[in-house]
Amino acid sequence: MAADTGRQTSKIRNRRVCIARIWSVCLVLVSSFFISGCIRSEAPADVTILNGAEPQSLDPAILTGQADMRVAIGLFEGVLRLDPKTARPIPGLAEGWDVSPDGKTYTFHLRTNLVWSTGGPILADDVVYSWMRMLDPSTASEYAGLFYYITNAEAFNTGTIKDSSLVGIRKLDPYTVQVKLNHATPFFVDICALPLAYVVPRQTIEKYGDRWLMAKPLPSSGPFELVYWHLNDKVRLKKNPLYWDAANTKSDIIDILPVGSASVALNLYEHGEADVVWDAQLIPSELLDVLLKRPDFHTFNYLGTYFVRFNVTRKPFDDPRVRQALALAIDKKRIVERITRGGEETASYFVPDGTADYTSPDGLEYNPGLARKLLAEAGYPGGKGFPRFTYLFNASAGGGSKIHEKIGIELQQMWHDQLGINMDLHQVEWTAYLDALTQLNYDVARSSWIGDYDDANTFLGCFLSNDGNNRTGWKDPQYDSLIQQANIEVDLKKREQLFQQAETILVRDQAPIVPLYFYRGINYFDTNKIQGIYPNILDDHPLLSIVKVK
Amino acid sequence: MYFVRRLIFEIPLLLLISALAFTLMHLAPGGPFDSERAPASPEIERNLHAKYHLNDPVWKQYLDYLGNLAHGDFGASLKYRDHSINDIITQALPVSATLGFLAFGFAMGVGLPLGFFTAAKRGRWEDFAGSFLAVLAVCIPALVVAPLLILIFSIKLRLLPVALWETPWHMILPPIALGLFFAGKIARLMREGMLNAMQSEFVVAARAKGIPENRLLLKHAVRIAILPVVSYSGPMLADLLTGSFVIENIFQIPGIGVFFVNSTENRDYTLVVGLSLLYAILLIGLNLVVDLAYTWLDPRVKYE
Amino acid sequence: MNDPQHLSPARRAWLRFKKNRPAVASAWFLAVLLIIVLSWPLVLKVAGAHFLQAHDPDLLSDAQFSPPDATHWFGTDVHGRDLFSRIMFGAQISLLVGVVGAIVSLVIGVAWGAIAGYAGGRTDAVLMRIVDVLYSLPTIIFVIVLFTTVGESARQSAFVKHSPFLINSLQIILLFTGLGAVSWLTMARIVRGQVLSLRSRAFVEASQALGARPHWILARHIIPNILGVVITYLALTVPAIILYESFLSFLGLGIQPPMASWGTLMAEGVSQINPIRIYWWLIVFPGGILVATLLALNFLGDGLRDAWDVKNRN
Repeated sequence: MAADTGRQTSKIRNRRVCIARIWSVCLVLVSSFFISGCIRSEAPADVTILNGAEPQSLDPAILTGQADMRVAIGLFEGVLRLDPKTARPIPGLAEGWDVSPDGKTYTFHLRTNLVWSTGGPILADDVVYSWMRMLDPSTASEYAGLFYYITNAEAFNTGTIKDSSLVGIRKLDPYTVQVKLNHATPFFVDICALPLAYVVPRQTIEKYGDRWLMAKPLPSSGPFELVYWHLNDKVRLKKNPLYWDAANTKSDIIDILPVGSASVALNLYEHGEADVVWDAQLIPSELLDVLLKRPDFHTFNYLGTYFVRFNVTRKPFDDPRVRQALALAIDKKRIVERITRGGEETASYFVPDGTADYTSPDGLEYNPGLARKLLAEAGYPGGKGFPRFTYLFNASAGGGSKIHEKIGIELQQMWHDQLGINMDLHQVEWTAYLDALTQLNYDVARSSWIGDYDDANTFLGCFLSNDGNNRTGWKDPQYDSLIQQANIEVDLKKREQLFQQAETILVRDQAPIVPLYFYRGINYFDTNKIQGIYPNILDDHPLLSIVKVK
Repeated sequence: MYFVRRLIFEIPLLLLISALAFTLMHLAPGGPFDSERAPASPEIERNLHAKYHLNDPVWKQYLDYLGNLAHGDFGASLKYRDHSINDIITQALPVSATLGFLAFGFAMGVGLPLGFFTAAKRGRWEDFAGSFLAVLAVCIPALVVAPLLILIFSIKLRLLPVALWETPWHMILPPIALGLFFAGKIARLMREGMLNAMQSEFVVAARAKGIPENRLLLKHAVRIAILPVVSYSGPMLADLLTGSFVIENIFQIPGIGVFFVNSTENRDYTLVVGLSLLYAILLIGLNLVVDLAYTWLDPRVKYE
Repeated sequence: MNDPQHLSPARRAWLRFKKNRPAVASAWFLAVLLIIVLSWPLVLKVAGAHFLQAHDPDLLSDAQFSPPDATHWFGTDVHGRDLFSRIMFGAQISLLVGVVGAIVSLVIGVAWGAIAGYAGGRTDAVLMRIVDVLYSLPTIIFVIVLFTTVGESARQSAFVKHSPFLINSLQIILLFTGLGAVSWLTMARIVRGQVLSLRSRAFVEASQALGARPHWILARHIIPNILGVVITYLALTVPAIILYESFLSFLGLGIQPPMASWGTLMAEGVSQINPIRIYWWLIVFPGGILVATLLALNFLGDGLRDAWDVKNRN
């Protein structure tokens, strides 16, 4: 008996020792395999840029985010591109363009020496293909609306007409493209410099379909080629020697990293692992009072407005007096000084200062006395009887800044103290927030709008009655007609006046929105080391001019 | 034989999980293509939905998904439309796996000796100190440990990188931050296991045979004590391997944990279901391995 | 008289528990914490206006980010709110969520496990299979969907809309229901295991022979015997739920502002860690109290388990 147990025990013992040993050896082997596989043996980049969010897509026709645009600008180019210093359109793939006297016909003359990075010429055919693809309903481009100024573009994009040859984009000869517009549109050249107009490689798209950006090699029409794109990791670009302006491309390898949180971005920058941080959301707002004093922090005016939306289809926000009262009771200075702290300008109107050819009229300034009077007139003296309502905002996961929450808390306090009304805060995640906004399923919501191009229309056009970006339920035929008139007006001064009238209705008389402040662009990099990044109102920085000085 | 049968049983389980994940995702409001800029016309949105079959009834979408799955194609991500889910998983999983294995190694390497030590010195001050440390490790959330480690070692002492995952130096802090919690848990499990083992028949018999105390502990008790740790390590490894959102977010590591959370928030239906399946497969696989290990470690255990 | 053999199991457990010093100390700590936390709102109610103004957890002030001083014992945050007060009110919410969530998981888990274990056979197999499936689902997906879907439709329902109390507490109710709902799985497995072994014991067979109905046996014999295991597991689930709540706050899914929980305070505090200037009080105080409470709960749980579990007797 004892002998049996003894043998069994030692058998078990040996087996267990064996297992334990095998287990540990396996572990060591597996880990070293993984570690060695994961060490990158690659050349360091010339410039490392922290970009903010991960680009959702680099396909110029379907991308919408600014983070996406900042990468795509390196890979592709359109007939026009933006000047790095002024953000005005300058010749890109086209060496010049003509406009007809009535402003309705644009003729672009392509350079004759254009080639893809993989070889093969870039011709007018490619431009037409790219633009028509963008308008094709099956591409489902979200920015296609910007091209509706072209004749029959809207009809084609919405499927009303199926014949693509009816659209006002045509090739005249291998190096000339002609575009016909519905009416004179002064900012059309700005639109032509946007990613939606970039030239994309037809053969690759026809061969690979949706996943064409993963093709190796990827033909690019811009100053850089795509080395690789690993999600949540980095995008690596290297200089395209066949780009027409390659002589002016200053860096060889650029790494673009998506970083989600401001503190990680700051740490990476301070630690020397990143050279440039150029997303305003990657700045920890609590530290701005210290950071803004440093020479490597650069601020500039930016085409963006932070505002509050009212759902005018819900009581009591259907009464303009109520909306005006709430607008007048906000101490915007306190918000800008204590919460955002980036030196932002408070906003009483919607279109940011510095927009080309436009000065906004004054809106509603801070006036609590008047606010109380209006609220009383509307039937809620001292806030009595005013229903409890909700302020909707989106959460920021991970280390994202909680700026919306903080502003909401301030607004809650202000409206309570000044007007005696009670508001609850409701935080939802991003998709649910967008859904609520679109379905008009909210009372009051926080919002922001970034301009697509340097013109007042990109802001004011949002609040047309049938514009999808309206999301307030506000419909004003007078506003609509003013905007539409302005957009066919050739005379810039008259145009400005029409816009001003419209904006007055928007921010003063009707006030379906309350602008709070204008975004301040902030990016940080050491000007002694990094050159080629200039502050401009679109916060647009072509990659080709960026260089690190040794 | 038992294991083959079990594997076959797991397939309907996986199907059920994918169906559940699929349905749950479609219940949430909003869709993958909601964006701050409204599309220029409702037509465009309709086209987009038609392209990805989002207008079909849910059961039909699910069947289509299964059809693709049979070919080994997890589909394309709805949010990152240039990438296929296979690509995403092949890029991100090894990173999370490395992080997970290293954290596992740390947790075992610290937890097992600590548990053993506190059990050996039971009742003395070493036990109290060690147990206290183990419990402390379990009580401090990772979202506090990680920034504190970064503050001390990267910012103040400048010894280690602050984020990202490039060189072996980058691979020191994140596994520690991730594994600390599990180290504490393992230490406690090991201690409990050791205390149980000291009571067990084997050890009592061995002690009666006159084997010295040290050898007793090391050779006999450990083998019995390690069983609960082994059974815990299955699900623990699955959790570790699929990355931790918190650690990957704070250290900006391109692993799969971030995708778990982000894909749900983005309503990226295909990616969510793909990841759920991945997690389930890992969990089932690891549990199977653990059970296998059990039969080797303790021949008394038999499965029918 | 004090002969252990003559005492009931509960009494014996209590005596063993009393000998465990860390556990007893933890129990005292928790009791004191609970008293302070629960009495703080009353203190605020009866205190003078001046005291109230300094310590109102929701009152914004101009003293942004001020370090601890005589007026604000734990300092203030970005809005100038008193941190001490916010921690006290946050404690209420965290502890409420933790305890109620644990109770929710207890109720579901015990019911599930007991039925599965007692019924055995097919019922057991089906119930446990469901547990397996749910185990294999990554919880975070379920939690996010729960919060957005159920949360939104509950908010919109007429029932909730007309009661401001319900609107505010909806988030909390959702939190502890949701967290409880994802934590019951392990409890169910443990309970099932215990019930399985109890089922074949003599006293249960005797009851069955006497013609007792199943639910009577469950209620009178089985459940009291698993109470020990259940209570200790409960004490260990509370800290797990509080930790998960802090994770959700990190994601932005937790408590709605301006209410605070320890999780949101922790997430806020942690975001303040940077190389330039650290407002240390925003991390140290919430973190310290959170960790201390979790430690106490863990020691208490361990103490309870050691007291009830016969095998670990020295």
